[in-house]
Amino acid sequence: MRTDVSKINEQTPHEDLTEGLMIFAGGTSKQFRTGEWRTNTPVFESGKCKQCLLCVPVCPDGSIPVANGERGQFDYVHCKGCGICAKVCPFGAITMKEGITA
Amino acid sequence: MSAEPIKERMSGNEAVSEAIRQVNPDVMPAFPITPSTEIPQMVANFISNGKIDTEFIPVESEHSAMSAAIGAEAAGARTMTATSSAGLALMWEELLLAASNRLPIVLTLVNRTLSGPININCDHSDGMGARDTGWIQIYAENNQEAYDNYIQAYPIAEDPRVHLPVMICQDGFITSHAVENIDLLPDDAVKDFVGTYQPEEYLLNPGKPVSVGPYSISAYAMEAKKNQEDAMESAKDVILETAARFQALSGRKYGLFEQYRTKDAEIIFLLMGSAAGTAKQAVDELREKGKRVGVLKLRVFRPFPEKEIAEALRRAKGVAILDRCESYNGCSGPLGSEVTAGLYRNKVQIEAVNYIYGLAGRDFTVQHVKDIYEEMRAVCAGEKAAVQHQYIGLRENKN
Repeated sequence: MRTDVSKINEQTPHEDLTEGLMIFAGGTSKQFRTGEWRTNTPVFESGKCKQCLLCVPVCPDGSIPVANGERGQFDYVHCKGCGICAKVCPFGAITMKEGITA
Repeated sequence: MSAEPIKERMSGNEAVSEAIRQVNPDVMPAFPITPSTEIPQMVANFISNGKIDTEFIPVESEHSAMSAAIGAEAAGARTMTATSSAGLALMWEELLLAASNRLPIVLTLVNRTLSGPININCDHSDGMGARDTGWIQIYAENNQEAYDNYIQAYPIAEDPRVHLPVMICQDGFITSHAVENIDLLPDDAVKDFVGTYQPEEYLLNPGKPVSVGPYSISAYAMEAKKNQEDAMESAKDVILETAARFQALSGRKYGLFEQYRTKDAEIIFLLMGSAAGTAKQAVDELREKGKRVGVLKLRVFRPFPEKEIAEALRRAKGVAILDRCESYNGCSGPLGSEVTAGLYRNKVQIEAVNYIYGLAGRDFTVQHVKDIYEEMRAVCAGEKAAVQHQYIGLRENKN
């Protein structure tokens, strides 16, 4: 019953798909390159950043990785370019640039 | 071994509520609407009085009721709700999700017309409006059948060959509010019959994560729909197996439909719900005068037993297909369309005449059935051409 969904692909016959297309795993959205939907891109200027981390919890897609108490470069594979991080940054360390690339 | 029946008298709403008390489902989100309001009201009373431990969720609309039912069922809880008419219409989007996510929710529908004109009385336009949402639909003639169908609903819905939601339908006011005799089953017998709910996959299952209802690209969605349709087809066998098991318990026989005095019948009245009782009375009276007539009362509308109906009608000369619902398609009610298509596909070439009756609570009488018989007799004898899609008991200019 708990089919390994990584073995299912676009050639899989209907009989071998899971019931209701259930996925027997969590967090599988990481595997999809949804950053492709982006039309505006946040640009991070680390020199202006004070590491206040206000941007991290407001990101709807969890696309601001944090390691050792400091934020790093955006996860552009999943960032949708909504711009909330740029609005919330008190130090002007994030600016929005038109287009899909930083 | 049959259980000793408990003799009672109850309305249809009371009968279903009694069955709910006996099953004791885990969760019931519901919003009141006439004529089904008594069901959540009575269940709430059972909970307040400590008779059952169902989690009742008072929601702000039927849209929320079905959304909460989907969430609860996906989480692993045996879930149900009740509604009527506009309430079912407001659930529309979620009805399809409940079915496509393969969630065995049970909904007790008390059939009431859909507006407009706004009206609270019985017809089947609410249930028929939801006929292509992927729910199994089982219709009751009276309070006994409403009670029995609810008890059979969970074993059907939760069977691994099915995993689809089930709608248990009874006629508003006519069945839901009229008090009739009923044979109840003992609580233990019902609990044993329905069994403990043990879903294989559910959200609140530590260590075994599952994602329900993911976005599907076109490469998968069509295959998923085919699987859902296959489940609906296999529901037919499960419904019959469950009915056989229920007969062993209760002594009461159920099938996809009931055939009443149809063995040598030349003309058969095909219909669903409480009006079947009226048609049976008319058949008894016509039989006394030597007329070979019978009733085919459809119980299971989804899955639609097309082949079985066609075979049951094969030896008749004509069938009067009686719809308690208008399709507004310019030619036929929903039963009229589907039964006639089934006859053609199965090469049963008999007179098939579609009538519309009982809309928004309009009375349907024994005399109406006899009038239809007389017309069907004339059509089958070649004395007159069939007139399709007539309204029974309609006021109209005769000239």
